[in-house]
Amino acid sequence: MSEVRYTDQHEWVRVDGDVATVGITKFAAGQLGDVVYVELPESGRKVARGGEIAVVESVKAASEVYAPIGGEVSESNSSLGDDPSTINADPEGEGWFFRIKVGDRSELDKLMSEAQYAEFVRSL
Amino acid sequence: MRYLPLTQNDRRAMLAAIGAPDIDSLFRDVPKEAVVGRSDFDLADHSGELEVERILSRLAGRNVAAGTVPFFCGAGAYRHHIPAAVDHLIQRSEFLTSYTPYQPEIAQGTLQYLYEFQTQVALLTGMEVANASLYDGSTATSEAVLMAQRLTHRPKAVLSAGLHPHYSETVETLASLAGVVTREALGRDEDITHLIDRETACVVVQNPDVFGLIRDLRPIADAAHAKGALLVAVVTEIVSLGLLESPGAMGADIVAAEGQSLGNGLNFGGPYVGLFATRERFVRQMPGRLVGETVDAEGRRGFVLTLSTREQHIRREKATSNICTNSGLCCLAFTIHLALLGEQGFARLACANHARASALVGKLTAIQGVSMVTPSFFNEFTLKLPRPAASVVDALAARNILGGVPASRLFPNEPQARDLLIIAATEMTTEEDCDAFCVALGECLS
Amino acid sequence: MTMSTTGRPTSAGAPIAPSRPTISGDRGLDHEEPLLFELGRANLSGVDITPTQVSDERLCGLRRSAEIGLPGLSEPEVVRHYVRLSRMNYAIDAGLYPLGSCTMKHNPRLNEKVARLPGFADLHPLQPQQTAQGALALIAELMRWLTTLTGMPAVAMSPKAGAHGELCGLLAIRAAVASRGEHRPRVLVPSSAHGTNPATAALAGFLVDEVPAKDDGHVDADALESMLGPDVAAIMLTNPNTCGLFERRVVKIAEAVHKVGAYFYCDGANFNAIAGRVRPGDLGIDAMHINLHKTFSTPHGGGGPGAGPVVLSAALAAFAPLPLLVHEGGKFRLLEHNDQVTVDAKPFGRMCAFHGQMGMFVRALAYMLSHGGDGIRQASEDAVLAANYVLASLRDTLSAPFDGPCMHEALFDDSFLGGTGITTLDFAKAMIDEGYHPMTMYFPLVVHGAMLIEPTESESKESLDRFIYVMRTLAQEAKSGRIERFASAPHLAPRRRLDETRAARKPVLRWTPKRVSEAAE
Repeated sequence: MSEVRYTDQHEWVRVDGDVATVGITKFAAGQLGDVVYVELPESGRKVARGGEIAVVESVKAASEVYAPIGGEVSESNSSLGDDPSTINADPEGEGWFFRIKVGDRSELDKLMSEAQYAEFVRSL
Repeated sequence: MRYLPLTQNDRRAMLAAIGAPDIDSLFRDVPKEAVVGRSDFDLADHSGELEVERILSRLAGRNVAAGTVPFFCGAGAYRHHIPAAVDHLIQRSEFLTSYTPYQPEIAQGTLQYLYEFQTQVALLTGMEVANASLYDGSTATSEAVLMAQRLTHRPKAVLSAGLHPHYSETVETLASLAGVVTREALGRDEDITHLIDRETACVVVQNPDVFGLIRDLRPIADAAHAKGALLVAVVTEIVSLGLLESPGAMGADIVAAEGQSLGNGLNFGGPYVGLFATRERFVRQMPGRLVGETVDAEGRRGFVLTLSTREQHIRREKATSNICTNSGLCCLAFTIHLALLGEQGFARLACANHARASALVGKLTAIQGVSMVTPSFFNEFTLKLPRPAASVVDALAARNILGGVPASRLFPNEPQARDLLIIAATEMTTEEDCDAFCVALGECLS
Repeated sequence: MTMSTTGRPTSAGAPIAPSRPTISGDRGLDHEEPLLFELGRANLSGVDITPTQVSDERLCGLRRSAEIGLPGLSEPEVVRHYVRLSRMNYAIDAGLYPLGSCTMKHNPRLNEKVARLPGFADLHPLQPQQTAQGALALIAELMRWLTTLTGMPAVAMSPKAGAHGELCGLLAIRAAVASRGEHRPRVLVPSSAHGTNPATAALAGFLVDEVPAKDDGHVDADALESMLGPDVAAIMLTNPNTCGLFERRVVKIAEAVHKVGAYFYCDGANFNAIAGRVRPGDLGIDAMHINLHKTFSTPHGGGGPGAGPVVLSAALAAFAPLPLLVHEGGKFRLLEHNDQVTVDAKPFGRMCAFHGQMGMFVRALAYMLSHGGDGIRQASEDAVLAANYVLASLRDTLSAPFDGPCMHEALFDDSFLGGTGITTLDFAKAMIDEGYHPMTMYFPLVVHGAMLIEPTESESKESLDRFIYVMRTLAQEAKSGRIERFASAPHLAPRRRLDETRAARKPVLRWTPKRVSEAAE
């Protein structure tokens, strides 16, 4: 059963077994505008929770993406290179950025639930 | 005052509209102790055009302009003929007094010429993509080194001995912050390739070099690539590319060049125009402005500044560079001059330069004690004199001849540079100039 | 330190059919113009050069083997090409250019004339110095004006632009810190700073800490002071700041900075507000770049060239980069190498080849001589007066985030557009249809939807009144729901809104010749 959690840096993470899929939220994609480019991590890259792991660019803005949980990158969404507009069209589905082999499951508890994130966005 | 349109009545009316009693009240945030009066500045009052022209003409008159005497100076700045249309066009209001094209709908003039300029630079250098210019060749070279360090994640830059010392010093000032700069020693016997290792981000080679010597960059490119390093090729005389193989064809990964020779006069060292070109796959690490093609809402072709996320106004401290301006008007002058020349004109210009320099070499080496140091050259070469070149150049200047640049001006601590004289000849150099030079040089050396 | 993370719409919007299409595609005086490469033909040239035969003997076997691919055109075609391109540009000479922080003042034509005197324009940087004494004297005189106006003892002339000057200042600071044997890795930069500030600090090898702004638009001086410590090399402050306000606590800030042994870098982009009335040296700064292309009218030229000389305090003067200009025994001399300088000079290196932007020096000095000390002071006053006139006239219709008075630029935000569905961008594009270049948009970042207006001293009262009238009317229309002017603006410029998204997703950065097989299809 996959659950989705959210960070205050506007990343989402969905865990299936011990693989977590990470992307940016609809709110973040809206803030950026039309995405034109993403820099995604290589497979095998190890990252700690909160470490900078990707960069997403629109025409007028650029934003770092931080790892919501620590682990090792198992794959990146290579289709985004050809068509970054997927991130705007479906940021929380087809627009996923990369997958990570979960290191420490307890780090998930530090993240927000969908309801908590929605509240967080409202407060901004 | 002729540049200030507001009258005293205007000022009074505006203060009244603001509700301010006087102009001083608008400066109320300035600490009292920091406000100074007119008399605190030891500066003259305003002057009319007549007087300003007089003052500046007097200062200009105390200089020996290159066009008034036989002239042979090069070493990074070259005197070429600029067609009359160039200066006329760059002084059009819409080019001279416009700003960076941030609102593309009303800046298509600037954006299109920059796109054409980018194309010309890529074609000349034999590279895939070029930017819309940097400040000059020396800062373009530093940017190239920084870019190579970013691309390879390696700290070391190797600078060849023939790189213009001002360029080397500029690179050292900047690039040594991000890594280590190694300069090849002058007059060394082994090849520069032995200095390349797995810590090397790039090798920087100028061609033709500061002495005018031409070399094939291919072996250096191969040696660099074999160790995972990049070749940065530097060109200070862009007209040489009308006759010589392009750096791109010889394997360069980044080309940093000085464009001053086209469209831009000597101007005592500035403003000039830096050219920067590289491979398509490196484009997101390229500094400086880039213009790209697109369409507008009516489907018409148009141009915009693009890939701006590399730049300071978005990435701020993570920018590829801090650069904010390009060389605008100098860039325009370059592109108009090259547009006028075209393929045929540019090639003919380059041949005329080499022919002039070759003829001069023959005359000069006939002088007792003078020998040639650069067996291959474009329009600039180096002679070895029987005496220190600096004093010879001073003696020539006293005879109203600007007879080249003594190498010791650029290499003050190199004993082997002491007797070397760097001489340039272009399409502007006449036979009479050459004869006068030879006679005077012969006299100075006897 | 945050990057600019908020984007805005960058596609061209819904496709629009061209209104009233003509046969030619041109419209009255608006001509479409192809690329040079689409116009040119082989064996044509706009320059007559006699062909010369050259042998390969001295070319090291490197004679160019392939064509470059440059187009050939006659002179009339080239002239027409660039004249047509020029007419697609807005320019100061054509209208008020209210770009905040850019100081789009009039570019005097006298300056162009004197810069072209052969005695300046036709001088080689490396010709013997005794043959260039007039040029060196000019640079010295310009240095005197700059140091006098700023109240600083020294100035480094070689930086080629404002950002280059910032780098020069920070490298001098870095050298000064190193000479004391200290390690100070941090630089403090306000959140309202121009992007070149943190970019330059990072380039110079520093870590950048952001200082917040207060709600009144001033930097949070208390926060700044609490962030100072022995690991801080410098602060970078713009004064007047990017919100158009003079930092009231600047002297106290300078004292606090010096107390911890750090240096005060001042971004001089807004010097036009205070030149001739305030000397930044009196405020306690250590270094400040001066944009000659802003305050001193050298032309913006579509984006350059600039010049960014840096005035330096006594603490930093020793570290000024090469070359140094000295006056000895009645002669001027450029010292170009470390072993030529005196014992107390410790140049940190060289910023670029040769000596600086001489062409811009001549123009800037011509401006200074023309204005004089009295004219420079009057220009600053008129610049501040004009900006306050705009602010006072528009603050009831638009929305100003900070109480006045302002300095030489007036800042508005987009709250007046609340609920209209119109953004700062739409408003700006509507200004284009009204014949105005938009103001600076979305900068500074500390205010939402910022609109920064700097009219300069070069506008007549009639011009200002007209601008105010148009802006006020546009704002009123926006607020009353009449959105036609804004939706998909501009309608009347040479181009409609351009698809910047496409340009970034699929960059096409040059023209490429069609391959032969494609052309044959």
